[in-house]
Amino acid sequence: MNIVIFGATSAIAQAVARLYAKDGANFFLVARKGDRLNTVASDLRARGAQCVTTQTADLTDRAGHAQLVALTASTLGTIDRVLLAYGTLGDQRAGETNSALMEREIHTNFLSVASLLTELANVMEPVGAGNIAVIGSVAGDRGRQSNYIYGSAKAGLAAFTLGLRHRLAPRGVSVTLVKPGFVDTPMTEAIAKRGPLWAAPDRVARDIRRGLDHGVAVIYTPWFWRWIMLIVCAVPDAIFRRIRL
Amino acid sequence: MTARPMGDLHERHDYLAWGGLHRFRQRIARPFFIDELPPILAARGNQSLLGSGCRRSYGDSGLNADNILIDMRGLDHLLAFDPTNGIVEAEAGLTLANILALARLSQNGAGQWFLPATPGTKFVTLGGAIANDVHGKNHHAAGCFGNHVLSLRLMRSDGTVLTCSPQENAELFKATIGGLGLTGLILSARFALKNVPGLWMEQENIRFATLDEFYVLAEKSYGWEYTVAWVDCFAPRQQLGRGVFTRARHVAAPANKRSNAPASKQLLTIPAALPNFILNTTTMKAFNTYLWYRASTKPTAEIVPFEKVLYPLDSIAHWNRIYGRRGFFQHQCVVPTAYAKEAMRSLLTEIRSAGLGSFLAVLKTFGDRPSPGMLSFPMEGTTLALDFPNTGAPTLALLDRLDDICTNAGGRVYAAKDGRIPARKFQQGYPAWKEFLPHVDPAFSSSFWRRVSAVSETGKAA
Repeated sequence: MNIVIFGATSAIAQAVARLYAKDGANFFLVARKGDRLNTVASDLRARGAQCVTTQTADLTDRAGHAQLVALTASTLGTIDRVLLAYGTLGDQRAGETNSALMEREIHTNFLSVASLLTELANVMEPVGAGNIAVIGSVAGDRGRQSNYIYGSAKAGLAAFTLGLRHRLAPRGVSVTLVKPGFVDTPMTEAIAKRGPLWAAPDRVARDIRRGLDHGVAVIYTPWFWRWIMLIVCAVPDAIFRRIRL
Repeated sequence: MTARPMGDLHERHDYLAWGGLHRFRQRIARPFFIDELPPILAARGNQSLLGSGCRRSYGDSGLNADNILIDMRGLDHLLAFDPTNGIVEAEAGLTLANILALARLSQNGAGQWFLPATPGTKFVTLGGAIANDVHGKNHHAAGCFGNHVLSLRLMRSDGTVLTCSPQENAELFKATIGGLGLTGLILSARFALKNVPGLWMEQENIRFATLDEFYVLAEKSYGWEYTVAWVDCFAPRQQLGRGVFTRARHVAAPANKRSNAPASKQLLTIPAALPNFILNTTTMKAFNTYLWYRASTKPTAEIVPFEKVLYPLDSIAHWNRIYGRRGFFQHQCVVPTAYAKEAMRSLLTEIRSAGLGSFLAVLKTFGDRPSPGMLSFPMEGTTLALDFPNTGAPTLALLDRLDDICTNAGGRVYAAKDGRIPARKFQQGYPAWKEFLPHVDPAFSSSFWRRVSAVSETGKAA
């Protein structure tokens, strides 16, 4: 199986990759830092991956996307699985007072991913096979005062992903939106992590692999976030605006 | 790709050791890649550093009160694994459980790769296994974990990274194996797995009525790779030292079983600390008496998955919470062969007369393979591991007397289990500590080390 991962050094991406490595998959890994990519590549090889190719790239730079996707396709031949797992969790308060920071957050988490998805779709559509998964967030389900900048980027990404799924479904390419809750990763390191809502990347990775392999439309992981967000979205505005969430 | 600033530290109060006795305020760094370490070293200010893993050490040897812990569990990458010769190179945060899962997948023609030495839990990191030079039920056959380490990479607080092995930086290698994390930060290590016929074990349980019988069994079982005994600390005086001797060896999967031993399941999780009164002298006595009478008077033999022999307690997650919020003490000592039998008798008599009992007492003979580290715990002789609910002063007084019996017989106490031994007794038990001192990184320390390395004004240990 041939797998492409954008943001391959993220904790969730690594956990997913390890699951596929066990089965002897081939990888094309993209991330910003070369030394980290090399570490991840040797880890996957030692865990059973067949062939691992790495490519450093700044994925926020849209100009390189077409070439990068072409390189991916020519290296792997066929693309069976794609995981888009990069993103930033910026400082919400800083973004409120500095619109440039706000714009950068939305650019990284939405526009750059949408651009990459567009290039991927155009390569995979004619082939008519392959499954794509995009890491969104439960934060995209309802704008909240504590992180609506990040949340709005993920909400835009959700609509984009589901639309792309709709477009590619008849062509045999599936697109999956993953909505993790609180995951114990470097991205959330600044938050005090306590309580039953926090999940380990391994747990989330198992859900992602299952959903990706089966081409599920939307995955909440762990599962209970579907119900938590259902409630969060159902709270009437008159009450919602009085609670700090 | 994260926006996280590098080298950031978070103050935490919930980084406890397994015994739950020491509640310290510590600043925690949690790196996930090696390149995050230099910013952490730079951010330390005047605080000392200590690498941290799964925190399965019982006392304060893995803690650094009011200073910095570097939680290494995020550095869990395998760097190389050669299924033809079983040599693994991995970052220090990888756990032995991870390594077992990997070895499970790799048949090596004739058999299976397996850990060369393992402590009684698989939930320890590679770095922790080296820093404590852990031993297991096969010590008499295989020595310590450090005996199987081919090389390691150590980061010193000045940022230099040194490769240490028996050939290269040999003295620093000897200081780092069993060096309690004080010589710097262990980044990664290469070690050799061993070849076993399968993931099943042939196990025999044999009841013994006295300490003398234990020694006869230990002698007779030398050819068995794994040996250990449970001892009933509540036995009547005339049956002092009664218990059950277990010996085991690796075997291929029996014909009626699947080739791979089934992955161990978590049978139970203790969700929160139980009330303190759950473990009292009466319940502990009842439990130990039950274990004694449950054991068959005739030796029994069976084929079981290796986890049942090596990791019986791993099937209960957070079993330490059984002791309640007060926490518990472990005490493990070793006494050299010449004085071992007499010392074990004195230890068991002392525990008996104190009336505090030990929930689980474990007895084992160590072999003659020299330990590789300057501060390695094992020596040829007998080791006794005990645990006591923390009842305050009476428990501390008993532990003090146990220390005396052991050190007066030329023995010593295991740092990984300790949280209170005074400097004098530590230094008496580990005469090589002076040889070890120059290898300690000036920016690394631990709560344990500050206590046991203290020297009074007269030049004698405090």
